Amino acid sequence: MSVGLAHYLTVAAVLFTTGVFGIFLNRKNVIIIMMSIELMLLAVNINFVAFSVLLVNDLVGQVFAMFVLTVAAAEAAIGLAILVVYFRNRGTIQVEDIHMMRG
Amino acid sequence: MILQAIMFYLFAVVTVASGVMVVAARNPVHSVLFLILAFFNSAGLFVLLGAEFLAMILVVVYVGAVAVLFLFVVMMLDIDFAELRSGFIRYLPIGALIGFVLLAELVLIFGSSAIAPGIAGLPAAPAPANAVAMTNTRALGALLYTRYIFAFQAAGVILLVAMIGAIVLTLRRRVGVRRQSIPDQLARTRAQAVAIVKVPLGAGADIPGD
Repeated sequence: MSVGLAHYLTVAAVLFTTGVFGIFLNRKNVIIIMMSIELMLLAVNINFVAFSVLLVNDLVGQVFAMFVLTVAAAEAAIGLAILVVYFRNRGTIQVEDIHMMRG
Repeated sequence: MILQAIMFYLFAVVTVASGVMVVAARNPVHSVLFLILAFFNSAGLFVLLGAEFLAMILVVVYVGAVAVLFLFVVMMLDIDFAELRSGFIRYLPIGALIGFVLLAELVLIFGSSAIAPGIAGLPAAPAPANAVAMTNTRALGALLYTRYIFAFQAAGVILLVAMIGAIVLTLRRRVGVRRQSIPDQLARTRAQAVAIVKVPLGAGADIPGD
């Protein structure tokens, strides 16, 4: 019972689906939505590393996973900053109330 | 080999379970803590795969920075989280439907790639065969600082922009707060600060500027 590529890909698929599921489930809470996005990015990283090591034995996948990590960190910082500013100005972070740009 | 399988299943099960708890936890603080657990266990998966550098980066960046940032924001914002969860049951069926469809599709795709292993092309940058002489970190660095140097620099610029953006967004100038102003203090001259008055005998002195 050796652990192969399919095992890692299954874990990543379940994690990604959990992230999508979380976005649908917590439609009102922006913070949980952002955490779900982080989970999805983590699943993508697991895919990258698993392919890199087990499929082609190629380091480019790990390099790309690092770039994904960088962008995810930047996204989390900017998103949370926007969230804090929005809460300061409006006093709520409910997704339904965020419709100032709807026109 | 059997130990590797045991560790894989341990890490995988804990990762998936904590991922589920992230989206299902009632309290967002618990969600963040489960997110940290998920990151730790996927770092364990990375170690099992032989990507030690990425595992450590995952712990440092995600657990050390991103998750703590989330925790900070969750605790800083004064939100009625019970009210935010009110639509949980209503969105459960549609979310479950979409989730299961997506999971089935992903499993089909991955199954096909596992069945037909000739899909991937030739490796662009083969990992060094001699793993003892070249650790994962060293090989990654040798690749990152040569072939991907421009992408690496761009990643640095992205982080800089994110940092400046976050500071600019959240910086708040309050009115009516007395702060120490170093430039004002340094720009003060003797003429502004000291006055020499000749006091006549038997009379009081006029205090300048009073």
